[in-house]
Amino acid sequence: MLIKRSANIEQLSDIRPSEITSKEVYQSRRRFLQGGAALALGSGLGITSMLATQKISHASSKFSNLIKSPYNTDETLTPYKDVTTYNNFYEFGTSKSSPASMAKNFKAEPWTIAVSGEVEKPLTLDMEDILKHYPMEERIYRLRCVEAWSMVVPWVGFPLASLIKDLKPTSKAKYISFRTLHDAKRMAGQKPTLFGSGLDWPYREGLRMDEAMNPLAILAVGLYGEVLPNQNGAPIRLIVPWKYGFKSIKSIVSIEFTENQPETTWAMLAPKEYGFYANVNPEVDHPRWSQSRERRLGEFRKRKTLMFNGYAEQVAGMYKDLDMKKFF
Amino acid sequence: MTNKQITLIKTGVFLLALTPFSLLLFRGWNNELGANPIETITNTTGIWTLRFLVITLAITPLRRLTGQAILIRFRRMLGLFTFFYASLHFLTYVWLDQYFDWPFIIEDIAEHPYIIVGFSTFLILLSMAVTSPRFMIRKMGKNWKNLHRLVYLAAFLGATHFIWQVKSDIREPLLYFALFSVLMLLRIPAVRKKTPLLTGWFHSVKV
Repeated sequence: MLIKRSANIEQLSDIRPSEITSKEVYQSRRRFLQGGAALALGSGLGITSMLATQKISHASSKFSNLIKSPYNTDETLTPYKDVTTYNNFYEFGTSKSSPASMAKNFKAEPWTIAVSGEVEKPLTLDMEDILKHYPMEERIYRLRCVEAWSMVVPWVGFPLASLIKDLKPTSKAKYISFRTLHDAKRMAGQKPTLFGSGLDWPYREGLRMDEAMNPLAILAVGLYGEVLPNQNGAPIRLIVPWKYGFKSIKSIVSIEFTENQPETTWAMLAPKEYGFYANVNPEVDHPRWSQSRERRLGEFRKRKTLMFNGYAEQVAGMYKDLDMKKFF
Repeated sequence: MTNKQITLIKTGVFLLALTPFSLLLFRGWNNELGANPIETITNTTGIWTLRFLVITLAITPLRRLTGQAILIRFRRMLGLFTFFYASLHFLTYVWLDQYFDWPFIIEDIAEHPYIIVGFSTFLILLSMAVTSPRFMIRKMGKNWKNLHRLVYLAAFLGATHFIWQVKSDIREPLLYFALFSVLMLLRIPAVRKKTPLLTGWFHSVKV
């Protein structure tokens, strides 16, 4: 759905750290906004009344008035408990269960995202403004991990394309590259170890520009109608459902538009096993295991993995000239 | 130590060795195996196979170091527990994980080296378990010892099976390589001669 926005994203860059609203004021303002007097305050950023009703209340951490998306799958949702306790987020440990416990005290607020590279004007985005600025949708997507398991998650987010349009990349921008926070004090999994857990921090991911502009690609800020739990990549993460889960980078602190294909974490670690594209493809096996089938969490029998994770209709066109065996 | 005491200790060790399995059943019964129960069962039975392999291989060097000949009487039982957990691991794979989809299993075994390695480990352990009764030892004579020497190969294949499927965090599999290496080193005659014996510490225990 398209909403004409008078807000100028450049204005966001004018907010200095000293001007960041304290949490208490922020929370009380949120409640106030929910009370219906949104427009008056929102007008500072030129948000329409339509947008202002889409607020999150930090008191309950719930989003309201989420827009339903035509891309939603009607498959059975993976239970909230499983979505939030079975995570690959090496910044908080390499086991599936460790992120839920290790990320417990992570503070995802305040949060900013640095935008650089091939843009008209480099700037710093404030998470608060992103939440206010973009109408939030519910996107129920399949998530297929490269480890051959999958889940169905009701994300809360907004199209990556909307943000990119506002950031005004230049004609030289052919790729978009993301980075996760790199701060071992806050993300204990990044502390150096004797043998290491093998990742070269910060975690980085990237997309080709047309992939990033695809309507399926979103930036998620929540799941199950609630603010994104820390272990799921709070406060903001990418979701590209036709690619293996590792492409959907978590806890993003920087966005860079580049002319050349950016380096991506797993491809840097094992280029023969993980490619830049990482499109879900049952016909191209991981060198060490099969990708033809997957276990949907909660199901006993394995199911067949679908090309592009079942999103071929929306994305196959982007790859018609690409040798998917070579560019896996 | 009387035979009665030994039987008592053996029963205790037997029950202790069954605990990981019991705990798994208990967690399964209470729905506490997490979001991916089959993966949990696969990983748990796999890791306990390696742990029992470490324990079993530690018996011989420990017996020498401590001078406690009684230890050897637990070795076969512990070895069979290694096989027990390996069987559960294999069964989990063919039954729970693949649901007896034989064409796929055969393809999986043939195409993916870490599965070939795991399967080979299982076959070695199987051949040792089958030949573990006393009458087999007598019947096989010299061959028995040769066959059972394959356990050293099984140990390294098992650790290889583990490290080969890890995506990036190789610390735990490396630990098993290290443990197996130490246990092998202690068997090399030159090393064996130089290792200090701790028999003095155990002089009060009469066997």
